[in-house]
Amino acid sequence: MSARVGIVLFPGTNCELDVTEAIGSIGGESRILWHGDADLSGVDAIVIPGGFAHGDYLRPGAIARFSPVMTAVSEFAANGGPVIGICNGFQVLTESGLLPGALQKNAGLKFRCGMARIRVASTRSALTRSATVGDVLSIPINHFEGNYTCDDRTLALLRDEDRIAFSYVDNPNGSTGDIAGISNEAGNVVGLMPHPERACNPLLGSDDGRVLLTSLVGSARAAAV
Amino acid sequence: MSEPIHRALGLTDDEAEEIESILGREPNHLELAMYSVMWSEHCSYKSSRLHLGRLPTEGERVLVGPGENAGVLDVGDDIAAAIRIESHNHPSAIEPAQGAATGVGGILRDIFTMGARPIALMDPLRFGPLDDARSRWIAEGVVDGISGYGNAVGVPTVGGEVVFDETYADNPLVNVLCLGVLPTDRLVLGQASGVGNLAVLLGSRTGRDGIGGVSVLASAGFSSDEEDSAKRPSVQVGDPFEEKRLIEACLALLDAGLVVGIQDLGGAGLTCATSETASRGGVGMDVDVTAVPLREADLEPFETMTSESQERMLAIVEPGDLAAVLEICDRWEILATVVGRVTDGASLRILDGFDGEVLADVPASSLHDAAPLYDRPMVAPADLDRRRADSPASIPCPDPAADLVELVHDTSWVWSQYDHQLFLNTVVGPGGDATLLRLKHPVDGVDTGRGLALSTDGNHRWCALDPRAGTSMLVAESMMNLACVGAYPIALVNCLNFGNPEHPEVMWQLSESIDGMAEACHALGIPVVGGNVSLYNESRGSDIDPTPVVGLLGLVGRLEAVPPGLDWNEGDRIVLLGPVSRQLGGSAWAASRGHLGGELPPLDLELHSRVAELVRGLVADQLVSAVHDVSGGGLGAALAEMSIASGVGCSVARVDDHAALFSEAPSRVVAAVDAEGLAAVEHRAEASGVPLARLGLATGTTIKVKGLVDVVLDDVEQAWRSRLPDALGAGTTQG
Repeated sequence: MSARVGIVLFPGTNCELDVTEAIGSIGGESRILWHGDADLSGVDAIVIPGGFAHGDYLRPGAIARFSPVMTAVSEFAANGGPVIGICNGFQVLTESGLLPGALQKNAGLKFRCGMARIRVASTRSALTRSATVGDVLSIPINHFEGNYTCDDRTLALLRDEDRIAFSYVDNPNGSTGDIAGISNEAGNVVGLMPHPERACNPLLGSDDGRVLLTSLVGSARAAAV
Repeated sequence: MSEPIHRALGLTDDEAEEIESILGREPNHLELAMYSVMWSEHCSYKSSRLHLGRLPTEGERVLVGPGENAGVLDVGDDIAAAIRIESHNHPSAIEPAQGAATGVGGILRDIFTMGARPIALMDPLRFGPLDDARSRWIAEGVVDGISGYGNAVGVPTVGGEVVFDETYADNPLVNVLCLGVLPTDRLVLGQASGVGNLAVLLGSRTGRDGIGGVSVLASAGFSSDEEDSAKRPSVQVGDPFEEKRLIEACLALLDAGLVVGIQDLGGAGLTCATSETASRGGVGMDVDVTAVPLREADLEPFETMTSESQERMLAIVEPGDLAAVLEICDRWEILATVVGRVTDGASLRILDGFDGEVLADVPASSLHDAAPLYDRPMVAPADLDRRRADSPASIPCPDPAADLVELVHDTSWVWSQYDHQLFLNTVVGPGGDATLLRLKHPVDGVDTGRGLALSTDGNHRWCALDPRAGTSMLVAESMMNLACVGAYPIALVNCLNFGNPEHPEVMWQLSESIDGMAEACHALGIPVVGGNVSLYNESRGSDIDPTPVVGLLGLVGRLEAVPPGLDWNEGDRIVLLGPVSRQLGGSAWAASRGHLGGELPPLDLELHSRVAELVRGLVADQLVSAVHDVSGGGLGAALAEMSIASGVGCSVARVDDHAALFSEAPSRVVAAVDAEGLAAVEHRAEASGVPLARLGLATGTTIKVKGLVDVVLDDVEQAWRSRLPDALGAGTTQG
């Protein structure tokens, strides 16, 4: 039986169908989780996809953390379930306190969309367990608030505990320590600004994201057992 | 001083008399306000409609042609594509970010009102010169507005154009194209039917923003800075989050079969949506103006009826379905309010409560399609013969290399601020000859293995010299752009940006341009499925150069590989497909030397079709490693752009002189192919009857054109890359 990935949909989310397609392209199954329902039944992993949840008018993720689904997501994460936040999803995870730090406006104060090269820095996380440390992946970025920031103590902790999942080869947004993605201490909660679902088809310029989503589906299967 | 009220609303004395004769009585203030917006140039096309009828509109794939909210094409596999282009020029001149943002919002509503999910936006943009601080302010604001709205609403902006020229100094052109896809059987039209059915207003509350936008702003020229600033309240304010929820709610309503007709509220607001749906459906409508949810309590009925508050739709619903409609809207946090009822007869009545006083009572169709049509006087510009006789052939070119470097610039400063990848369709994004998207089924997402291609093209230099031939050349160029990604054209939409139609020279330009478009479309077999006419583009008494912009939609039958694109490989042979030309009339090079005269190079539409077909075949069969249309900047710019894209220079001969290097003659494509593949390409060209010239080799770290150019590729690349960021980083001045 294939593991099932739940994809959270807030009003304003826009990458839910892309993640659905990408998960499907590696043989995974998924279903959409409406933000107003706290029911996660039958789901073995969760993706919070990109977009502009609730419009992001206040601060990205600041309103989304109060949606009923997030209470269930927090519990799911506390029980070791794999939770991945991509772009706006990463912002939701930091606002929810499931990951440390914050995402502020890009250095240069412009929205940036384009291919980025990221290096896999750890394979401890649910999103990188099938990858190899040092692998350089071409994965698109698409954000205005992707500049990761945290205090020095947190940065040291992230390094000491091997929680930096990805770093940028050429830092596009001013992120502290070139950080593109991090995980929680257990490795089951991961946030990253680049969009692996946009890199799963050679027609779109890269299929380097497949190894990451394969890791996720693998993590979901492990969680399902 | 008391000006008659109809004049203050932008109606002429004759138009006021016509209204009186339609009603058989004097109109009241509310009625006059409703006519003034519906009979504005923007809504009624009163100056252009007589001419637009000359465009061919029929084709085997056309499901819906001009006159509806969008053109709709059958693209196979039970999928239809909806496409439309519009301008938001005047709002963007006054308030660049909001003007551009609401332009995006408006075009999206035109697409999803047809039942289609919007999947792509394109933005052809034209601004004043880069060395003018105010033009930079407008350019930055417009890009900011498109980025802020388009990205947040969740529709990718996959291409467009950006042009900087003196002619747009006080009057930028902000055109927006949107493409959507729908299951063919979900197609809905903007019409009311069924007496007793309800008109439900969806989306934002109505406020004072954008009152008279179409009449005050869009249908008059600009005069002084002071007056322009006073028009700022006529610009609407956009809310992409509201629009995103509105898209999802409307598509859910359509999926559930809960609406019998739906119409967006754009220019002329509620007056337009109610009168058009009633008129198209041949029914009447009662509107309770007090039922409309307001942002502020004290709106007058005429304000409520003409407000252009954004993010609103009008759905026609059977009474028994109302509860289900409200439930879906509630899920998406969309306000839904019954504001009208479909009635017998043909009257649009505005009421103070459904059983209250009748505030206005007019024939719905008289608002929609009874505006007077003007056959305005036309005359060719007095200096036209002199300009055409003034050939650029004799201008000297002491340093072709330096001129070449000046002619190329990277536009990624603009499009890297747009999400151009959402929905996982973008095979070729902004920056190439044309955009290429995967075609997936709009409901189940199943890949058809085919592609949709888009190109937008305009050229004011060509059209200022010869609007007829220039517009034909635009259609041809767009077709060649599509061929470069392997696509054949299936439909055209146009945005006709011209000056003041009360100037006979402008009407002549418009009429000539429409004829040129019609000629090319007839010859190439391309139906025109929609358009927008933007007139009164003028500043301080000066009309802009005529700027028709065409948007071409194409299909790719088999999408198995990324098309070759601009980047060639070391050692590739470089060939020119199509005729050799030395004609410089209308070229970017001549303009850069301050010369705007001469004759346009001839366009042979029959040869053009053969070149396009050859290129399409070479791309589809993967016989070339690189391909690029010759357009602005001529052969020289094409070679430079291909060298930059690939990081490999070139060594080229057989280019006679600077005229051959910079000519923008149509029907030409530069292709690159490895040594082993050259014979096959030559064979195909010969079989197609297309001239082929071997130009040279892709190689090294310099761009060399024998006897003309020898420059280091890195230097060209640096100049190309930094032109926009350097100029736009130099600061701006508002207002």
